[in-house]
Amino acid sequence: MTTPLLSVENLSVAYKEGDHHTRVTHEVSFDIAPGEVVALVGESGSGKTTTAQAVIGLLPENGRIEQGAIRLNGEDISKWSSKRLDAIRGSQISLIPQDPTSSLNPVKTIGAQVGEILRIHGDRDGKVIAARVAELLARVGLSDPELRARQYPHELSGGMKQRVLIAIAIALKPQLIIADEPTSALDVTVQRRILDLIDELRRENNTAVLLVTHDLGVAADRADRIVVLQGGHIQETGEAKALLIAPQSPYAQRLLADAPSLSTTAFREPRPGGGDAIVVDGLVHEYGLGRKKSFRAVDGLSFSVKRGTTHAIVGESGSGKTTTVRDVVGFGRPTSGQIRIDGTDIASLKGDALRQFRRKIQLVYQNPFSSLDPRQTVFSIVEEPLVNFSGLDAGARAKKVNDLLERVGLPEALRKRRPRALSGGQRQRVAIARALVLDPEVVVLDEAVSALDVTVQAQILKLLDDLQRELGLTYLFVSHDLAVVRQISDTVSVLQDGRQVETGTVEEVFLRPQSAYTRELIDAIPGKRSLALA
Amino acid sequence: MTSFASIDAFTTTPATVSRTNNLFGRLRGVNPGLVLAWLVIALVIAWAIAPQLFTSFNPVQGVPSEKLKAPTLIHILGTDALGRDLFARLVYGAAHSLTGAFVAVVVGLVAGTALGVIAGSTGGLVEEAAMRLVDVLLSIPGLLLMLSIIILLGFGTVNAAIAVGITSVASFARLSRSEVVRVRRSDYVEAAFGSGGTFLSVLWRHVLPNSLTSVLALAALQFGSAILAISTLGFLGYGAPPPTPEWGLLIAEGRNYISTAWWLTTAPGIVVVVVVLAANRISQSVGKGR
Repeated sequence: MTTPLLSVENLSVAYKEGDHHTRVTHEVSFDIAPGEVVALVGESGSGKTTTAQAVIGLLPENGRIEQGAIRLNGEDISKWSSKRLDAIRGSQISLIPQDPTSSLNPVKTIGAQVGEILRIHGDRDGKVIAARVAELLARVGLSDPELRARQYPHELSGGMKQRVLIAIAIALKPQLIIADEPTSALDVTVQRRILDLIDELRRENNTAVLLVTHDLGVAADRADRIVVLQGGHIQETGEAKALLIAPQSPYAQRLLADAPSLSTTAFREPRPGGGDAIVVDGLVHEYGLGRKKSFRAVDGLSFSVKRGTTHAIVGESGSGKTTTVRDVVGFGRPTSGQIRIDGTDIASLKGDALRQFRRKIQLVYQNPFSSLDPRQTVFSIVEEPLVNFSGLDAGARAKKVNDLLERVGLPEALRKRRPRALSGGQRQRVAIARALVLDPEVVVLDEAVSALDVTVQAQILKLLDDLQRELGLTYLFVSHDLAVVRQISDTVSVLQDGRQVETGTVEEVFLRPQSAYTRELIDAIPGKRSLALA
Repeated sequence: MTSFASIDAFTTTPATVSRTNNLFGRLRGVNPGLVLAWLVIALVIAWAIAPQLFTSFNPVQGVPSEKLKAPTLIHILGTDALGRDLFARLVYGAAHSLTGAFVAVVVGLVAGTALGVIAGSTGGLVEEAAMRLVDVLLSIPGLLLMLSIIILLGFGTVNAAIAVGITSVASFARLSRSEVVRVRRSDYVEAAFGSGGTFLSVLWRHVLPNSLTSVLALAALQFGSAILAISTLGFLGYGAPPPTPEWGLLIAEGRNYISTAWWLTTAPGIVVVVVVLAANRISQSVGKGR
């Protein structure tokens, strides 16, 4: 066997908090051979980002390596000073950061930022740099590179920004690229193109890639080997193929079972639907831009949802999903078209009638961190809708709230806590409990599981499914993740640029997509390789 | 002094949350400047509440034979032209200056926050009107505005305090409006409307509690500048009439003897500066504590 390019041996990293040192990774070891793709997979808090940061010497100030070695081409770099590491950062190891929107300097042009790495590592001639920058931008697939080099980050889309960051990462042809969740902020189709690009560049220069991801589907598609982390311990390391077919550790088995993109489960069994709970007819929503211009965010959307079933709205960012949701729950006013919930036209309601109507339809937000008041306790968050509406006294309210919290699986000890002392999954359970406490008929879930880890996501989806069965709820489920939609929905509408390109039962749309766009979306679901294996 | 109690609650929470249990660790975590600031404020509040505990001299009735004495052990800050003990006058003056500053802050806080919250939460025409009114207030130089208000209301400690308060309405209104606008756009406020909250209940339960922290920090800051402003008015003769031992008035009265009895201006001047600095330090910690 050849010497590995990077070899991480018994790496333990601790963070200092006050007087404590908390270890977040425990004796993590793995190797990366030249040209190999190794995926570091785990849920949030598993230590995968910490490990990646330690490799490139970019741990936060309160973090330090307690033991272990990081060998690059046989030399231990774990004890190098930051200044000494500067020489290899960018030239031998480079990083593609997680969030493309916050990783570029907003006041510098793209060209200046790509050129910076060349300048830092020795290039002085402005013309040479400009030519190289244009070449790099063209290489990562940006059209009109000379123009892009003069533009600022805000003039580019998320996918384009990620391409720029990749251009910076490959500028000096490093031996190892660390990609920290490079696509988690992007739409599926963009995600696929970006990952294809990284793959292609890797093959061209025989670069090794350390891919940090929470998505086992992405890891399955792209990696040669997979390292599964949980709570800072390695649970399993192995060839991607072998690990996907027969995972050894219980944690990897659970992760595999929970990943929606990898599940081969059949479509949902049809639910006995009643009458129409939601009818949307010819919905058009325009936003005014200045005096005369306007932008049509939703253009002629029509669908209906039978009582007790789930309808999904699928599309990429900017497709009009959120605008539709806000109109349906009555926060927005459609420009034209009708929305009837249980026979009532929302647009006709005003003032107190609208307030009373809200009992019937509740919204669960995408981000469980911003949708709960940081100053309220869990109990008072869930109690609040009851205070607003029902004439129940304090005792009856407490009973109802406690029953419901138990139902969504929140232990009693958490009820006096404030949201910041809860995990993401627990917060989303609180948000679901708040939505259900008024016994609504329709619950709208706006990307309600997108911000959660796969395992937590699977639990929440199961909870939603159980609640639907027991309470006969109707769900309107908005998502960009087709794999999740396949799992939870009965019917689906696919939106593109505000227009509905396809609608029908999930089975029809997934197995016999009519439009090219739907086909592209379905093809972009990660995890194809493992499904082919199964 | 309710506002003090609430500020106190804010600043002490981080300290109690600290996990270090040994005494040494706890002492190390405490910021000496902040402790000193609280001690200063506590001392002047004690002066205001029970001045007779700190001095046995009468602040208003002088002893003519004892006039313009330099600081000695009996009169630790010396005496003024009428033979009154300067330290006693400072101690008794605390009540005037502090209540003045307190009234001023309350006026500014209540009126300004109300204006800002109404503007921020209703939006539209009401907001435009309120914020243009604030712009007008901000465009008039502070001292000129205070003097004009006093001339309208008449002289006196309370009127001076109200005048000072009104000049700070604008900054309270601006700050609270921006905070309210920030909180109002958050998901949890929309969620509260979604779960059937009426405008007022959402405002009371969610918007106000989440936007008031930085307003409280500003209140502590304004407390310092209000003491300064009230002393300024006292110095110019627009505040409390003599023989009230108000701090600004003490400086003004001592001015005539600055070449022979320097302590008459210096001592009250230093007291004002120290109290203002202490209030600023506390305000800083409130701002950081959130």
